[in-house]
Amino acid sequence: MSACHDTRRPAAGQTAVVHVHLGGPLVALVGNPNCGKTALFNVLTGSRQKVANYAGVTVERKEGRYQTAGGKTLRILDLPGTYSLNPRSPDEKVTVDVLMGRARGEKRPDRVVCVVDATNLRRNLRLVLAVKRLGIPCAVALNMTDLAARRGIHVDADRLSRELGLPVVKTVGVRKEGATELRALLDAPADHWRADAPAADEHTQSVEADHDVVQRILAGLGLDRHVPHTLSDRIDRVVLHPVFGMVLLIAVLFLMFQAVFAWAEAPMGWIESATAWAGEAVGALLPAGWLQSLAVDGIIAGAGGVLVFLPQILILYFFILVLEESGYLPRAAFLLDRMMGSVGLSGRSFIPLLSSFACAIPGIMAARTIANPRDRLVTVMIAPLMTCSARLPVYALLIGAFIPKRDVAGAFELQGLVLFGLYIAGVISAMGIAWLAKRFTTHGLPRPLMMELPTYHWPTVRNVAIGLWQRAGIFVRRVGGIILALTVLMWFLASFPAPPAGATGPAIEYSLAGTLGRALSVIFEPIGFNWQISVALVPGMAAREVAVSALGTVYALSATGDDTALALMPLIAHSWSLATALSLLTWFVFAPQCLSTLATVKRETGGWKWTLVMAAYLFGLAWIACFIVYHLAVAAGWG
Amino acid sequence: MTTLDRAADFKPYRIARVAAPDRAPEWRDWLHELGFIPGETVRLMARAPGGDPLVIRVGSSTFALRMAEAACIQVAPLEDTPTA
Repeated sequence: MSACHDTRRPAAGQTAVVHVHLGGPLVALVGNPNCGKTALFNVLTGSRQKVANYAGVTVERKEGRYQTAGGKTLRILDLPGTYSLNPRSPDEKVTVDVLMGRARGEKRPDRVVCVVDATNLRRNLRLVLAVKRLGIPCAVALNMTDLAARRGIHVDADRLSRELGLPVVKTVGVRKEGATELRALLDAPADHWRADAPAADEHTQSVEADHDVVQRILAGLGLDRHVPHTLSDRIDRVVLHPVFGMVLLIAVLFLMFQAVFAWAEAPMGWIESATAWAGEAVGALLPAGWLQSLAVDGIIAGAGGVLVFLPQILILYFFILVLEESGYLPRAAFLLDRMMGSVGLSGRSFIPLLSSFACAIPGIMAARTIANPRDRLVTVMIAPLMTCSARLPVYALLIGAFIPKRDVAGAFELQGLVLFGLYIAGVISAMGIAWLAKRFTTHGLPRPLMMELPTYHWPTVRNVAIGLWQRAGIFVRRVGGIILALTVLMWFLASFPAPPAGATGPAIEYSLAGTLGRALSVIFEPIGFNWQISVALVPGMAAREVAVSALGTVYALSATGDDTALALMPLIAHSWSLATALSLLTWFVFAPQCLSTLATVKRETGGWKWTLVMAAYLFGLAWIACFIVYHLAVAAGWG
Repeated sequence: MTTLDRAADFKPYRIARVAAPDRAPEWRDWLHELGFIPGETVRLMARAPGGDPLVIRVGSSTFALRMAEAACIQVAPLEDTPTA
């Protein structure tokens, strides 16, 4: 609403955005990627964090509140990691803009803590020199001093402080008591923090000049010798090995998939029973009628339909967070870079696509880490082709009804093979689309990789737990709101207008959804869908699995959820041809039957253009593939 | 004198110059900022399946660089003297 005011009166719009916490000086944490900055931020602020986006960009903004022993309340901002003040990705640009005081909706920080990795001072100190020139009161947190000491790197903090002309404190971001000195420094008045007068030649300092200064400082400290991390190197000899590395990667992925589907089964069952129980309890409280129907069929069923995926998403994120914290993820991206490169993507697209097997929404959000805008867009566009878990109920119904249970070649089971084939179909078509995009968009421009492989670390329980908590919150808020609203809308479309007196067919036939479904059958008849399927696809737009219960409703069955699928199976096995079933399976491989995914795409790409392109190409692809499958199947005598 | 993409595995080299290709002039600054600065010691640690990208040690950091990126870095072999 205030967007139009922002351009004319930026100051008024900005203050409204900035003060999420009640005032207090703003302290920004700045540092190289992988310097343990976020761990330090977690130690200082614990769970008092607020995760949002920076105004106008999809870069995560983490702010936390911190109370000093002296009673001061500070706002602490965890800026995205950067190697320099010359940004190369949207994340790094935010850091630079905030520090320069030109980020939209952000106040320029009152103080800056430069977090440096004590095991890698040479690269880290260059950033300190650049930040110091900005003229903001500045201090240095010498982080990971425990790891440095273990590797025989002992940094004289007092001497470094004299050389830099800045206060320097030692910290251990992974230990709760590791920030004692930093806490004391945060309590000290700002004039204990030093800053240069803003230099006129702020940007003219070359990297080489800073490098020479750092070299001199390190020589003075007796730290100008490289101490390789031998354990990390030994691990890498296996992890990055062309053969063993790939075997290990496949094993990790296999374990992850097993976990996402096997471990989540029990909690998903609990959530389903809880939803059913809540529906019955509320249904008994409310008088029968539209209010009961809205509460039970609309709100409770809708919320349950979302929450049921939470266990899978948490397990997936648990793996991703542990792999990320340990330093394995960039190595997986490294191993797969060439493979992804053959279709014009880089290894960095691997994690977003992997996440999309649980749900496209966290996958599309994970594409934020891809610096190249073209790669990021292509990754977002193909993410919905990865078989998400919401397709499983539909696949289970159709495979159960139409594919006979029998062994193939003695070792495989036909139903399982068909399911595997559907996964592969999704992956192959995604690669095909990426390859096409490469043909038309890259123009042979080289795309940089330049990706750091950090030394290995043990993931800490605190950082993984805080990460999981934040991911879960984002998922429930974002998806919950959208699916809930849509489910209520679909409930409305399927319930109104009520059937006329003396009507014989199911109520849905007379509703808006029924009318819409019949109109749609003009489009769907050529690919073998009857009007009942067409009707079910309308509420199925909210989420794919809704199509199953919608089919149940259309076939006038009164059961819900799993019971519907069971009763529905023999019914559709009788009334549909195999060609229709194969066509519908094909439809669900491609069709973007998920409005929350489309809403996420709109959010992440910043507009309708790519959202509409995605919807159009996926629907088009689905229709064409179904047409081919249906007619081939009819020709094979399965019509 | 050679370029880093043609360096022998595990052998130390010293960076002589970083020169970006004409179509991506920003690479020079980016590589500098990561620590690929003349005078620094580099070492090729590993190659991905298929030979590209490469794992490069520079100073105490490790980076994955594509062949095209490593080709921007001109290096001279460092005789068997310990790294300075």
